[in-house]
Amino acid sequence: MTTLPQTTAKKLGLVIDLDTCVGCQACATSCKEWNTGGYSAPLTDQNPYGADQHGAWLNRIHSFEAGEGDASRTVHFPRSCLHCEEPDCVTVCPTGASYKREEDGIVLVNPDTCIGCKLCSWACPYGAREYDYGHGVMKKCTLCVDRIYNDNLLPEDRVPACVRACPTGARHFGDLGDPSSEVSQLVRRRGGFDLLPEMGYKPVNKYLPPRERRDGRAANAASTALPESGGGASRLDKLFGWADRLLSR
Amino acid sequence: MHPAYSVIFFTTASGAGYGLLSLLLLFALLGLVSPDVWLGLTGFGLAFVLIVAGLLSSTAHLGRPERAWRAFSQWRSSWLSREGVMAVLTFAPAGIAALGWVLLGEVSGALAWAGWAAILCAGMTVYCTGMIYASLKTIRQWHHPLVALNYVVLALATGAVLLDTLLTMTGQPSRQATWTAVAALAIALALKLAYWASIDSANKSYTVGRATGLGRFGKVQPLDPPHTEPNFVMREMGYRVGRKHAARLRLIAALLGFILPAVLLAIAEQAGGAPWLNSIAVASAAAGVVVERWLFFAEAEHVVMLYYGAGAA
Repeated sequence: MTTLPQTTAKKLGLVIDLDTCVGCQACATSCKEWNTGGYSAPLTDQNPYGADQHGAWLNRIHSFEAGEGDASRTVHFPRSCLHCEEPDCVTVCPTGASYKREEDGIVLVNPDTCIGCKLCSWACPYGAREYDYGHGVMKKCTLCVDRIYNDNLLPEDRVPACVRACPTGARHFGDLGDPSSEVSQLVRRRGGFDLLPEMGYKPVNKYLPPRERRDGRAANAASTALPESGGGASRLDKLFGWADRLLSR
Repeated sequence: MHPAYSVIFFTTASGAGYGLLSLLLLFALLGLVSPDVWLGLTGFGLAFVLIVAGLLSSTAHLGRPERAWRAFSQWRSSWLSREGVMAVLTFAPAGIAALGWVLLGEVSGALAWAGWAAILCAGMTVYCTGMIYASLKTIRQWHHPLVALNYVVLALATGAVLLDTLLTMTGQPSRQATWTAVAALAIALALKLAYWASIDSANKSYTVGRATGLGRFGKVQPLDPPHTEPNFVMREMGYRVGRKHAARLRLIAALLGFILPAVLLAIAEQAGGAPWLNSIAVASAAAGVVVERWLFFAEAEHVVMLYYGAGAA
C-alpha cells in the first residue's frame, strides 16, 4: 500500500556528521558492494569499462565549498534516502511497490512489483531514488534492512554497510524516534538539522553541521561574502554600483 | 526534466482523443449534430485510436511494461494510478454510447446517460494526467494551479479542431463546431500565456545553500561532483532548455498550436467549407501541442539539481 502509516513504532535512520566526513567514498563503495548482493540485487552498471559509464548507486558523496575567501571551508556531503516520515515518493507510486514500514519507518521498494515508471524519483527532492537501467526497477537505500536484523552477522555488523565502513565515525545509526537514543542525543547536542524542511517531507535522517573554526575566521564570513555591500566602499563606488545595477536591469 | 517522447505522444494524442470523444458526444446530446453512421464510425474510431495509441505508448517508458496492470491498484493516493483507472473506466460508457450511435443511430434515453458519463470520465482522466505533474512539489513549474487546467483545456481545444474537421469531411459542416474550436484555442492560448508569464516571474527561492543547509557559512558552490559521468538523476532531472530556445519554441507553439489553426478554421468556415484548410489546421495544431508539451518538460526545473550545481530552483 502506498498510503502512509499513521505512526511508526521506530524511526530508524542515519545521522551524518558533516564536520568529520572526509569524502573518502568508503560508505558509497561499501553500500554498492553490500547492496549489489543483498535486498537490492542486482545493482547494475552500464558500460562499466567504456565511455559514458553509469550505474545505480544508493549513496552519493558531493563536495561543496561553503563560504568565501579565508572563511571558506570544504564540506563533504553524503546524500542518500532520508526515510522521510511523509514521503511523496511513496504516495505517488501507482503500484504499491513503494512503501513505508510501520515497524521501523524504513522506506522500501518491492523490486517484484515496481514497474519502473520513475515517478517516485520525480517526487523526491533529495535525488535518493535511482532507476536501475539493467533491472528495469527503482533502487534506493534500504537502510540495510538485510543487515540490521540479520542474526547471522556479528552484533557489531548489524548496522548499515555505510556506517560500518566509515573510517572517521561520521555516520551514526539508530532510532531517531526515541529521544533517549544515542543518535537523538547527538542531534540535540550538535544542532542536527533536516534537509529542506520547508518542503514538508519530515526527513528522519539528520545532518550535523560543521563545527565553528577555532581561529575565528568564520566570524568574518559575512564581510568577505558580500564585498559589494561592505561599509568600506566610497561614495563614488556606491554611485558606480548603483549605475551598474540600473543599467543591468 | 527529460522530455520522454512516449509521454509527450501519450499526453497529446490521448488528450486530443478524449477531447474529440467528449465534444462529439456533447454536440450530439445537444442536438447540434445528427448521429449518423459515418460520423459515428470516423469520430469514435479516431478518438479510440488516439486514446489507445497514447495509452500503449505511455507504457513504453516503463522499465517493466508487463507489470503495467499493477498501476490500477493505488488510486487512493496516486494520481498516476487514478489516471489509469479513469482511462479504463471511460471505455465503458464511451463504448456503450458509441455502439448506440453506430447501431441504433441515436443518443437518447439510456444512451444519453452513457454519453454524459463518458464526457465526465474523459474529463476526469485528463484532469488526473495534469494532476500527476501538478502534485509534484519538487518542480516549481509543474506545482502550479494552471497546470491541470491547461491539460484539460488543451485536450478540448485539440479535440475541437478534430471534430470540426471531421464534420467538414463527413459532409455536415457546423458553424457551432468551428466557433467552439476557435474559442477553445483562444482560451487555451490565453491560459498558456498566463502560465508562461507566471513561471517566468516566479521567485526561485531554493538555492544550494538551502538544499545543503550550508548557507549559514555564506555562499555555497559545488567543488567535487560525486561521480564523473551523469547518473540517472542527472539524465532524468537535469535536462534544461536554453532561455533563447525556450522563447523561440514558445512562439512556435503559440503560432502552430493555437493561432494558425484558429485562423485556418475560421477562414474555412467563411469560405463555406475547405477540407484542405482543415487538414492543415489539424497538422499545425498537432505540431504545436507537441512543441508545447516538449517545452512543458524541458522548462521544468527539479530541486534535486541544486546538489549538482543548478543556481536556483
